Amino acid sequence: MKLHELTIVEAGKLLTEKQISSRELVTAVFDRIAQVEDRVGAFITLCREGALSQAAAADARIAAGDATPLTGIPLSIKDLICTEGVRTTCGSKILTDFIPPYDATVMQKLKQAGAVMVGKVNMDEFAMGSSTENSAFKLTRNPWDLARIPGGSSGGSAASVAADMCLGSLGSDTGGSIRQPASHCGVVGLKPTYGRVSRYGLVAYASSLDQIGPLGKTVMDCALLLNAIAGYDPSDSTSVPQAVPDYTAVCESGLSGITIGLPEEYYRVAGLDAAVAEAVQAAVQKIEQLGAKTISVSLPHTAYAVAAYYVVASAEASSNLARYDGVKYGFRDSGHSELLEMYKSTRSKGFGPEVQRRIIIGTYALSAGYYDAYYGKASQVRTLIQQDFKKAFEHCDVIVSPVAPSPAFKIGEKSHDPLAMYLSDILTLSANLAGIPGMSVPCGFSSEGLPIGLQLLGNHFNEESLFKVGFNFEQSADVRFKKPTL
Amino acid sequence: MRITKEEVLNVAHLARLDIEDAAVDAFAGQISKILDYIDQLNQVNTQGVFPTCHAISLTNAFRDDVERPHLDRGAALANAPERADGNFIVPRVIG
Repeated sequence: MKLHELTIVEAGKLLTEKQISSRELVTAVFDRIAQVEDRVGAFITLCREGALSQAAAADARIAAGDATPLTGIPLSIKDLICTEGVRTTCGSKILTDFIPPYDATVMQKLKQAGAVMVGKVNMDEFAMGSSTENSAFKLTRNPWDLARIPGGSSGGSAASVAADMCLGSLGSDTGGSIRQPASHCGVVGLKPTYGRVSRYGLVAYASSLDQIGPLGKTVMDCALLLNAIAGYDPSDSTSVPQAVPDYTAVCESGLSGITIGLPEEYYRVAGLDAAVAEAVQAAVQKIEQLGAKTISVSLPHTAYAVAAYYVVASAEASSNLARYDGVKYGFRDSGHSELLEMYKSTRSKGFGPEVQRRIIIGTYALSAGYYDAYYGKASQVRTLIQQDFKKAFEHCDVIVSPVAPSPAFKIGEKSHDPLAMYLSDILTLSANLAGIPGMSVPCGFSSEGLPIGLQLLGNHFNEESLFKVGFNFEQSADVRFKKPTL
Repeated sequence: MRITKEEVLNVAHLARLDIEDAAVDAFAGQISKILDYIDQLNQVNTQGVFPTCHAISLTNAFRDDVERPHLDRGAALANAPERADGNFIVPRVIG
């Protein structure tokens, strides 16, 4: 038995039955990291010592009969979630040496559950990107093909799970940043409903779109992770005071009575790869065989989602990132005698090109004379996109589509054309504009052996339907048994 | 070009960024292309449509005005690039 290959459910069982210890499990994971991390490059910071001491505490807790499903389970954490005493870079030079003085709410919850943090994983700088190539620190490679990107911005999370360097991960999703890398790396990823998980301690990119969520090897593992992190938090006034169900409980109920909506616009997007279309079609047939009914639905404003998203997200980013000024924390370009010079020099040297581009677009879109034409207009189109989903969900429980138009592209393929990179997010970012939950579940492989993900979208706070459809589909398909060869 | 070099430099100044001369043209080109793409929003009839700034409508989230523990001064200052006597140190503000 290779301990690093276990799922959270499998490892939890062995831990509570005392067949293995968390110390053994965590040691096995670090042995695996020693074997493959130099090729994958998922981690910015490794926390071996901290992880082993958390494992020892977990073992004591298990011995005392006080374990939760996550006690002793090694996880990786995207490097934009604040971890007390462990540096949190956000993939940016400007936060290279930032050591948060407090834990994000999700970290407090994981610690209370007894989870073990293996390390902090790579990402596009400030979560702006779809390939993790915008990290100021390193390239992360797709474990299925090291010449390709892992997706982004939670590329380190997805790659670390796919390469068995942890049993699960937390990422964040502003326009597809959990679902798209999950799809490209052949793992499960969930973006919860906006407000389902506290954003307190999440470094902000676009506050009305950002949401923390789990990545795991299986749907059930993601349910366990969401169980642990979901819920209202007085420290995040946008978190929603609504009871958290047990997401594992719904998984095993069948699919009869479930209606699947197939949005015609999502199957007509430019550049939809034939292998992706085929794998998704086969998955839909499988879901029908499992007892669900399918209908066609329409999301007529899909074509405008990318434009609306880049206005809204850039505008919010330009405001959120104003705080990085070289005064309170982070990098400062020293040696300037004037404050304004220091601000400008610090920000220009501290932020990478994609972040600067979005700050400029956002500042432009919010500036006098342009506000109504850009931000105002985009916010109205956002309403129409939200209404599209509302109407669709009057007729179906879950919307099924591809996650990304094509499997993982090659490193460097799109990095010189920002717009081409933006367009690859067309199938995921509407969910963020509408605030609805979305899941990516592996559904097949391209002829080159690259993973393909199936996207499941649900109505606000209807994660349960996603888990139900995701779990039943996953169990009926053999995709989950395949692992990358590293 | 949709956005001129001068406009890029002006917006960059507002955003407190110094764009190197060599990079201004590339930025202006890329941003122009993105703004041209964004223009397709004008094809959408949004007359009378209420703008959405937040996907989940919550009414004001109030809390009682009570004292709570907060970070101590040392911890709050610990990440500052320059600090002295419990303060953040910055270059001269007024000329």
